[in-house]
Amino acid sequence: MMQPGLNHILFISTALFFIGVYGFFTRRNLVTMLMSVELILNSVNLNFIAFNKYLWPHKLDGLFFSIFVIAIAAAEAAVAIAIIINLYRSHRSIDVENAEEMKF
Amino acid sequence: MTGSTIIFYILAALTLLSGALAVTTRQIFRAAIFLLFSLIGIAGLFFWMQYEFIAAVQIVVYVGGITVLIIFSIFLTHQAGDLLPKQKAGRQLFSALAAFCGFALTILQLFQHKFKGTADVRLLPTAANIGDQMLSVEDNGFALPFELISILLLAAMVGCIVIALRSKPSII
Repeated sequence: MMQPGLNHILFISTALFFIGVYGFFTRRNLVTMLMSVELILNSVNLNFIAFNKYLWPHKLDGLFFSIFVIAIAAAEAAVAIAIIINLYRSHRSIDVENAEEMKF
Repeated sequence: MTGSTIIFYILAALTLLSGALAVTTRQIFRAAIFLLFSLIGIAGLFFWMQYEFIAAVQIVVYVGGITVLIIFSIFLTHQAGDLLPKQKAGRQLFSALAAFCGFALTILQLFQHKFKGTADVRLLPTAANIGDQMLSVEDNGFALPFELISILLLAAMVGCIVIALRSKPSII
């Protein structure tokens, strides 16, 4: 076990990103797909903070980017859940297979 | 092997294990709880990197906000105790294959690349420094994106209310 550094954090964030991608591919339920998207966004935040800490510590740009990512993720989650609840009201199901007419 | 290293590996294991369980478990409520633990692990990693402000934001927004929102939407749309339907084995296999290939490719590229950082003096990510730069209107200031994000949040909030509003049957 080595002293953790940039590569360790990048490994974690890459693994988390592809866990989220796997969930997004396999899940067919809108709420669980939203959860996978949250995992993906979090791995991106981890990347920004790690680059900020280990490569450019004289600036705070990475930190600001992750603050904005968090704000946009919050807005996205709220809108997605509003859409999911509206879809459940009209279809009694939040499976993506049953929401096919949304694409027209 | 110091205490900091041990804490790092514990946080990493917590984040990755609960993240993996969150996308594979068939009980949707458990998936939400595992997602909660994964987000807490990421907040712990931010604390470990000594970015306390962003860790606090992560806990407030994700752990306190988005997860609760997800749990409420699960309550509103699922019967308690229902399992998610089993997925086709072929779809699971090919998704795992695609995710693993992407992972291997990215890791290979990452570990071959030599990152060159700067050796300038460190600017501490304290709340005072963050606030100064966030609201500064000069070069390197983030006042305009800050205002834009406020407008976006307002628009998203209004949009949520409009979408989730129960439409009256007489109007349709």
